[in-house]
Amino acid sequence: MSLALRVIPCLDVDEGRVVKGVNFVDLRDAGDPVELAKAYDAAGADELVFLDISASSSGRSTTYDVVRQTAEQVFIPLTVGGGVRTVDDIDQLLRAGADKVSINTAAIARPEFLREAAERFGSQCIVLSADVRRCQEGTTTPSGFEVTTHGGRKGTGIDAFEWVEKAVELGVGEILLNSMDADGTKDGFDIELIQQIRDRVSVPLIASGGAGKVEDFPRAAAAGVDAVLAASVFHFGELSIAQVKDALREQEFIVR
Amino acid sequence: MAQRVALLDYGSGNIRSAYKALERVGASVVVTSDVDEALEQDALVVPGVGAFAACMAGLEAVDGRRVIDSFLESDRPVLGICVGMQILFDRGVEHGVDSPGCGFLSGVVEALEAPVVPHMGWNTVQADQKSRLFAGIEDQRFYFVHSYGVKADGIDPGRFAVTTANYGETFVAAIESGALAATQFHPEKSGDAGLQLLTNWVASI
Repeated sequence: MSLALRVIPCLDVDEGRVVKGVNFVDLRDAGDPVELAKAYDAAGADELVFLDISASSSGRSTTYDVVRQTAEQVFIPLTVGGGVRTVDDIDQLLRAGADKVSINTAAIARPEFLREAAERFGSQCIVLSADVRRCQEGTTTPSGFEVTTHGGRKGTGIDAFEWVEKAVELGVGEILLNSMDADGTKDGFDIELIQQIRDRVSVPLIASGGAGKVEDFPRAAAAGVDAVLAASVFHFGELSIAQVKDALREQEFIVR
Repeated sequence: MAQRVALLDYGSGNIRSAYKALERVGASVVVTSDVDEALEQDALVVPGVGAFAACMAGLEAVDGRRVIDSFLESDRPVLGICVGMQILFDRGVEHGVDSPGCGFLSGVVEALEAPVVPHMGWNTVQADQKSRLFAGIEDQRFYFVHSYGVKADGIDPGRFAVTTANYGETFVAAIESGALAATQFHPEKSGDAGLQLLTNWVASI
């Protein structure tokens, strides 16, 4: 097998600017998304993810401009997520130049949305973004993991393992697995969660949440992911894409 | 003068990236679903994402098969990308449903057999020595995203330049014959290597 493990920086975009929160709470400005996208492309990023966290509709239309400008200048795949609620939202993002769209809350509210999206645009461009945490006091699920919304602040009581399996049945072509327990901790990816999900789905799996050191990335790769995603460690220059790829290569994982 | 390329718009996904990448390598690109406008150009790009049958239906709706045929008849270059490559073959089998393709190439598009599908990401290719698309491109990876493909062993290497890739099995990554060229991967999403390949294709116009 010669397919390379993908290293993906994630840019949180609010009103057209890149920000990154620690545990999604304290937001800090880290620059212009188009410039950052170009820099990551030059640095060897295999794909980019934009997560639109704009609250306002004007902020959302700014995101379309950002996607458009990025697609004009950066010739690697771009996934856009955040607030994707309708087939029309997906259509607009793909037309603006996104290659894939990630869906989170809207699918929890109405799972059939995933099927409609996959049938209309193809599985290859529909990504399920799942924000997962261990059940807290007062909640139980069969797996002990539940799906959350609102950046991990609200539990849904939905079993996380059943949810990703269902999403794959409905037609999603990839899973972006965000560990809300690991997110912002920089203690490493949530290996237990990754392994459990890997055993249950046969679509590509992206690990997200918890990256802090280069060693964290080969550990996630060993747990079976197809791609690793991180935000703040890249944005604040704590790690470079090249350092991450070197660490993966040293452990004999294939990288571009 | 810049080569004039028609980018066939038949409602299939993100064509903006293909448009911008072709422009970047010096082509003058017209996005069109109009037969006459397309036929005025020097070369044709057929993009495509999603399901085989849906793409074929979209293509037929804009009389795309006739557009492709006219370009090939007049020996003007045609480049199919991803499902835009697949629909050039005889037929495609998705979810057990057998759908006719354009039949410009003989072969069947079938489900990839691999532990994780779609095949998504950057993979290596074994370029055919005869390939013009891969001239000067060595040891580069290209971006693939697909669940279906054409098995390489069914293609006659005497008649075509066949470039292969491996993911669970060996399949057609690119195929070239005369004016017809096609790639299973997305050159417009394959960074500098993809732009180099598009440069080679535009140079053939």
